[in-house]
Amino acid sequence: MSAGRPAPRAYVRPMRGWWRRNPYFVRYMLREASALWLTAYALTLLWGLWRLSQGPAAYEAWRATLATPLAIGLHAVGLGFVAYHAWTWFRVMPKTLPPLPLPARAITAAGLAATGLLTLLVLAWLR
Amino acid sequence: MHTRQIEIECLRYDPERDEAPRWQSWQVPFSDDMSVLQGLQYIKDHLDGSLSFRWSCRMAICGSCGHMLNGEPRLSCQAFLRDYFPAKLRVEPLQHFPILRDLVVDQSAFLDKLASVKPWLIPKPNPAPADEAQRQTPRQMAKYYAYSQCINCLLCYAACPQVGLDSGFTGPAALALLHRYNADSRDAGWDQRREVLNAEQGVWGCTLVGYCSEVCPKGVDPAHAINQNKVNSTLDYFGLLRLMMPRGGDT
Amino acid sequence: MKRSHEPVFWALFGAGGMLSALLGPVLILVTGIAVPLGWLDPDTLSAVRLQAALAHPLARLGLLGLISLFMFHGCHRLLHSLHDLGLPRWRWAPWLFYGAALLATLAAAALLLSL
Repeated sequence: MSAGRPAPRAYVRPMRGWWRRNPYFVRYMLREASALWLTAYALTLLWGLWRLSQGPAAYEAWRATLATPLAIGLHAVGLGFVAYHAWTWFRVMPKTLPPLPLPARAITAAGLAATGLLTLLVLAWLR
Repeated sequence: MHTRQIEIECLRYDPERDEAPRWQSWQVPFSDDMSVLQGLQYIKDHLDGSLSFRWSCRMAICGSCGHMLNGEPRLSCQAFLRDYFPAKLRVEPLQHFPILRDLVVDQSAFLDKLASVKPWLIPKPNPAPADEAQRQTPRQMAKYYAYSQCINCLLCYAACPQVGLDSGFTGPAALALLHRYNADSRDAGWDQRREVLNAEQGVWGCTLVGYCSEVCPKGVDPAHAINQNKVNSTLDYFGLLRLMMPRGGDT
Repeated sequence: MKRSHEPVFWALFGAGGMLSALLGPVLILVTGIAVPLGWLDPDTLSAVRLQAALAHPLARLGLLGLISLFMFHGCHRLLHSLHDLGLPRWRWAPWLFYGAALLATLAAAALLLSL
């Protein structure tokens, strides 16, 4: 047997629904889905920038749209997904680095701490 | 003495009789020290001699007895019936491989992928005759040691959805072994392995699901081997790797 | 074997992933929840304050980088998700996704230059 001559009548199982068969894969797909929300947020910022360029009235209209319950709800969901992205990003980061004299947990903790620190700094700066 | 019984359900497939796989169940008496492999052996020895499955060492070093146990890739000799009881245990052949018969899969594509990474030490060109054996410090060995522990059990391939979605993807074990040799100070074969590494079906076929490293019984961590090399492949793409590796070896 | 051009997009994906991991949550919180709900002073994001903040060229570069890298990260992952969902590797797909990220980058640059 070789890849060039597949065994006759060997049965190939379909991949449809593969990610629903294991909680590990479900979490992976949720991580990947965060990209949808991050892209949507980037486009929201672009949209706001565009309205800002059209003058204060247009910009205030954009802000009013963002203050509707639907918009706030969508941002809340987006926040959840992007926070999950941040969490999984730093959990996975040690695997993309060459071996370091640090345990993987320390690298993850450092990354999450950086996010936490920047979050507090931004909030403090805006108060 | 009363023995408990566990229901073991196996995926059966006879290529000469069946259009598609089907399930078959048996009640298997077991004691606390019995592995899943022993459960399968009981079925074959006492209940249904036609059940086919690979096994050898019974001690998690040969890599023969990999199966899906309730949907998780595991070595059957390393899993115990007591941990599945009282629920039913479902045994299937390793995911993402064609089924030859019952629990036996066609591994030939993997063997081709393994050969493609040149899994042997490639010496520096024109080596002078050595006066003594090659020397390697413990630190140098530590760089590749974990990746050398692979027993080719293929649990990582069963775990990897990218292998399932694209059967041409070189895959976790082969790429981990590629890295094992590149990272060995005695090896100078980076150039010969470059093409496989840099290919779409090389490291770039991986999306860091990470399940391969979760299921590996030997702690090889193929996810780490592959994703470290995304950085190397990127540097190589921009022609920067040569600056960092003038010897063309030790990564 | 076919050499991959992934490295270019993976590098952008990585930069965008790091930036969005560090700053994504707080930005969404501030712009999408805290200010609209009044937890932070609404003036925080007023046109006047924003124009003043974006007066500095580095601030404009920062916002451009943010939008661009968020887009390249998101589009790269979305593109790969198509494959994960079992869809074929359409040849036009990378052009659509990376094209969108590039268009967003150019649009942001044009708008920031015009402010």
